[in-house]
Amino acid sequence: MISKFIAKGSRRTRELETVKVHLSSPWASSAAILLAVLWTIPTFGLFVTSFRPSTGINSSGWWNVFRNPEFTFENYSRVLFEGRGATPPLSQYFLNTFAIVIPSTIIPITIAIFAAYAIAWFDFRGRNFIFFAIFALQVIPLQMSLIPLLQLFSGGLHIGSVTLIPSFGITGTFIPIWLAHTMFGLPLAIFLLHNFIAQLPRELIEAARVDGADYFKLFRQIVLPLSIPAIASFAIFQFLWVWNDLLVALTFGGGKREIAPLMVRLAEMTGTRGGDWELLTAGAFVSILVPVAVFFALQRYFVRGLLAGSVKG
Amino acid sequence: MLEIAARQSQLEQAVSKLSSLLITIIVFALLVTFAFWIAERTSERIQRYVKFLIFLAPALVFLFIGLIAPAFRTLYLSFRDARGENFVGWENYHWAFTQPEILDVLKNTGIWMVVAPLASTGFGLTIAVLTDRMRRPGIVKSLIFMPMAISFVGAGIIWKFVYQFQPNDRVAEIGLLSQIAEWLGFVPTNWILTTPLNTFLLIIVFVWIQTGFAMVVLSAAIKAIPDEILEASMLDGASGWKRFSKVTVPMIRGTIIVVLSTITIGALKVFDIIRTMTGGNFKTSVIANEMYNQSFRALNYGTGSALAIILFLGVLPLVAYNVMHLRRERAER
Repeated sequence: MISKFIAKGSRRTRELETVKVHLSSPWASSAAILLAVLWTIPTFGLFVTSFRPSTGINSSGWWNVFRNPEFTFENYSRVLFEGRGATPPLSQYFLNTFAIVIPSTIIPITIAIFAAYAIAWFDFRGRNFIFFAIFALQVIPLQMSLIPLLQLFSGGLHIGSVTLIPSFGITGTFIPIWLAHTMFGLPLAIFLLHNFIAQLPRELIEAARVDGADYFKLFRQIVLPLSIPAIASFAIFQFLWVWNDLLVALTFGGGKREIAPLMVRLAEMTGTRGGDWELLTAGAFVSILVPVAVFFALQRYFVRGLLAGSVKG
Repeated sequence: MLEIAARQSQLEQAVSKLSSLLITIIVFALLVTFAFWIAERTSERIQRYVKFLIFLAPALVFLFIGLIAPAFRTLYLSFRDARGENFVGWENYHWAFTQPEILDVLKNTGIWMVVAPLASTGFGLTIAVLTDRMRRPGIVKSLIFMPMAISFVGAGIIWKFVYQFQPNDRVAEIGLLSQIAEWLGFVPTNWILTTPLNTFLLIIVFVWIQTGFAMVVLSAAIKAIPDEILEASMLDGASGWKRFSKVTVPMIRGTIIVVLSTITIGALKVFDIIRTMTGGNFKTSVIANEMYNQSFRALNYGTGSALAIILFLGVLPLVAYNVMHLRRERAER
């Protein structure tokens, strides 16, 4: 009886398979492949150009290079390790990007997972309101915060002559950038993590409560370990967002070279050295490499995160 | 000698940066551990309050200081002069809606808001439908999706190179667009200087990035359509186009709207592309870029804040729609 049932089921899936196969048309596939190639050509052009000597870059298009190939690593060694006057080489900016990205990813995730847990599992009045408020905050342009936050970081908070918050002298360090990324990253982080944590089975949480676990043990022993996939998918978001950010670093970096990340330097290079394609292409590729590698390695988590919530911008 | 000294100081800087990074993370970890250690040792009665303090309060404080309070302050500053010292009434808004340059900025932002989401979603939907029937869509999807990992700055450089124009006739073109124009028998021009074409050239960069997002989300929605429905429409003899327009699109209508509104919000806030590719010159500037210029270049906090508020008002209907959508979704669950 059961086997008959299974056989019927599998025949049914086979039928659906044939429908699918029937639907797959070579024209649609070719069109999709064509679009994918089109989408990749600009990046490929940049990649090829970054390995050409500057005389070649400026005298012929990169698509000609396959006729008489001539490649070099010199662009990379120049852009990465040779400074110019007061401007350090790109390797220093690369380091700054790391110094910005790591705390700017760890701190908001920690704070967000705490808050997501509280909103999902604590009973208190105003819970729904807080949840919707955080969701709405997610899409409020960060332009609304730039001027007041900058004033706060550089001058503290005063009412009349009374100082409520001193300035701490943190301007020109990484701290304002870390704090800004933490604040701006929180709404999406809380929203995504909440969606996940709220769906943990109620019985599990209640059983642990009955066993005498308080809310802290419950978090440490059950909620946190189970939330690792959600944490991973948000971590990728935040990592990519901070790595690729220009606006926050530009605003809160105070124009200091010592703490400016890759993106700030690259944007500066396109302005002042717009014609030095050998340096620009190599520099751009260096900046693209890490996020693209992370993306390909962890694509599954990234897509899961995308589908779980909308996207920050 | 000098070079060695320079290398040395670079190394020292690197070490000091890495150690400050490490110290920050260790201090943060210790802080969290310590808070937990204390909290777990308090009585049940105290924990009732402590749990809010540790789990919820940090996020609320950060959100208040970083987003809520600044929003009100920006509103306040938008009615004051450049340094925020005197009340000026509606002057900054009047400026925004009468100054010819700013009117251009608003017009460009409008073009971005309409063209970018429609194009991204259109391409995304097309590719989602095309790959849905493919046997191995993995590589195609990855390639279309990859630009999402690339920064707007990086993308700006990639496309600036595509749009590169060689003013000297005797030298070969090195920009792909110029070369394609030549192959097709047109005379290439300095694309990025040509208004209003240049705004659309910048939008292409954004669409190139956002299509991947639209594709992934729409593709998941299409996968969720029950096979029976597709099958039934096939048995009814519906053609490919009919199936697409009469079955697929209506079934994923909600998702399409979410994708459109998400990309519209992104398009409204676009900054890096403009700044990297034109710096907002040649009549390509948009609100987000102009807001930065007014605030941090012209150092006029009044006009800068007014532009931020205008940007916010543009996003507001979309936020309201999203909140309503979420409420309905939660009510259904």
